[in-house]
Amino acid sequence: MAEKYKVDKDLVRMEIVDFTFPEKEYRTSRHDTVLPYNWALGPTWTRFFDGLKEGKILGTRCKKCNKVLVPARTFCPICYEDMQEWIELPQEGSIETWCLVNYKYYGQVKEPPYIIAQIHLDKADCSLTHFIGGFNLSDPDKVRGKMKTVSRVKAVWSKEKHGDIYDIAHFKPV
Amino acid sequence: MGRAVAVIGTGQTKHGRRDDLSYPDLVREAVKKVFEDAGITPRDVDGVVYGSMPSMMEGVAYNHFYFADALRVVGKPLLRTETCGSTGQSVAHTAIHWVASGMADVILAIASEKENEGDAQATMMTILEPFLQVVIGGAPIAFSLQSREWMGYYHIDDAKAREAASIVSVDSHDGGLANPLAHIRVKLSKEDITNAPIITYPVRFYDVCPISDGACAVIFASEEKAKKICKKPAWVKGIGFRGEEYFIGDSSKAVWQSTIEASKEAYKEAGITNPLKELDVAEVYNPFSYQELMFLECLGLCPPGEAPDYVIKGTFSPGGELPCDPSGGVLCTNPIGAAGLIRVAEAALQVTGKAGEHQVEGAKLALSHAMGGAMQFNGVTILGSEL
Ligand SMILES: [Zn+2]
Repeated sequence: MAEKYKVDKDLVRMEIVDFTFPEKEYRTSRHDTVLPYNWALGPTWTRFFDGLKEGKILGTRCKKCNKVLVPARTFCPICYEDMQEWIELPQEGSIETWCLVNYKYYGQVKEPPYIIAQIHLDKADCSLTHFIGGFNLSDPDKVRGKMKTVSRVKAVWSKEKHGDIYDIAHFKPV
Repeated sequence: MGRAVAVIGTGQTKHGRRDDLSYPDLVREAVKKVFEDAGITPRDVDGVVYGSMPSMMEGVAYNHFYFADALRVVGKPLLRTETCGSTGQSVAHTAIHWVASGMADVILAIASEKENEGDAQATMMTILEPFLQVVIGGAPIAFSLQSREWMGYYHIDDAKAREAASIVSVDSHDGGLANPLAHIRVKLSKEDITNAPIITYPVRFYDVCPISDGACAVIFASEEKAKKICKKPAWVKGIGFRGEEYFIGDSSKAVWQSTIEASKEAYKEAGITNPLKELDVAEVYNPFSYQELMFLECLGLCPPGEAPDYVIKGTFSPGGELPCDPSGGVLCTNPIGAAGLIRVAEAALQVTGKAGEHQVEGAKLALSHAMGGAMQFNGVTILGSEL
């Protein structure tokens, strides 16, 4: 049945070929919209990114529920209290979930294949979204086998830091 | 919940790649059908609710103004509601609130998407801010992460989850074959599914919804109007909606509170205590077959961690205790903004016996559901044949 679909893996598109509309040539009209944005990071995320530049992963603690959240927050999403106590988190943690990204799409932040994971850093009360790397990802079945044995990971820093989330290159298995 | 509300008509386009029609013409296809189905005219309508995905999807900001003529909204009040994938449920809820409040008697609800005019994944990248969570942009990534989290949390074996997800995909595609309006209409075997290329492990090609163009329109009316206009209305028995924190890592997505709480609220309002037993059919939002497994649990249709067992023994298959997505679901048709309203329309067709070839025999009580955002929103609407 697979031959009924035109599979364009680069775009994850399924296009059915056994259904056709009336044989008239309908035109489409191409227009692109490109808009520039400049996002204010505010004091909390500015300090969080400054921390990354210094090789530190910073979170903040809620004075009411005591939770430590990372990336650092200005306020607790549950208690709505200011989160002003800064905590430098350990750079090791456990993997909560992961997925191997094996297809391309517009606006993607990295050339596939790569692994995205939720990493629960020690002493944090939430998980952080980042990459898992440091080993060969070309064969999905081998990656699955390898990931079965991985539970603990450690941050690997980029050679050049720009004060952004990519200052952490990825997390590698410990 | 205020006054009783009923669905008195539904209209859907033929879903698929609709390069044959401009976007307003596509919307009109659904609007014409809903008026034919309800047997009323735009003069009988008090207001219009519209929703879609973010405007970047098709590149026209305020597309509800672009379609003003097709929406039959000239000279009427218009509300726009938008909650990403759950938009269609939110549009229905806005219409239901409007009528239940007594501020209007007849409301036209419309949702649409023309995904092939833009780049769906690129649009989905703009749903997250670009500096902290952007790495999980792209729907398959977020939902694969969620599937693995769920499998890990309940120690569900890869092979068992794969087996169950394949059954979900086979059943949905069989539904699509029986639904002339579905986008993907093809017979698939379990082998077709397990041999398909991996998109984001464990999700394979046929575990993923298509990119569809389509629109759906539903007319909601007060009890008095419904009884006057419609021989067989579908009554709104209960609704529920919940949102969650922005950061995905802040809360569990395996025990998904927004789905659990939204459905509990809807069941309470509908007086349902055992949903698996009492419901006759469910239109569960299933853009990814693995995600449907998790939804079955969070919607309270089976015990937590046991969805694969229930799916494998056929509980949710055609002829099972609670057939799910007889229309083919989102796996076969996904004009995103409209997908949640299509679930409502399909539930209405089922409880009024108008679902044609994909009718679940004798269905009286139906659940419809949708999910949206970066795993942030869940909405449920329950419809029944009796007031
Ligand atoms: Zn707190």
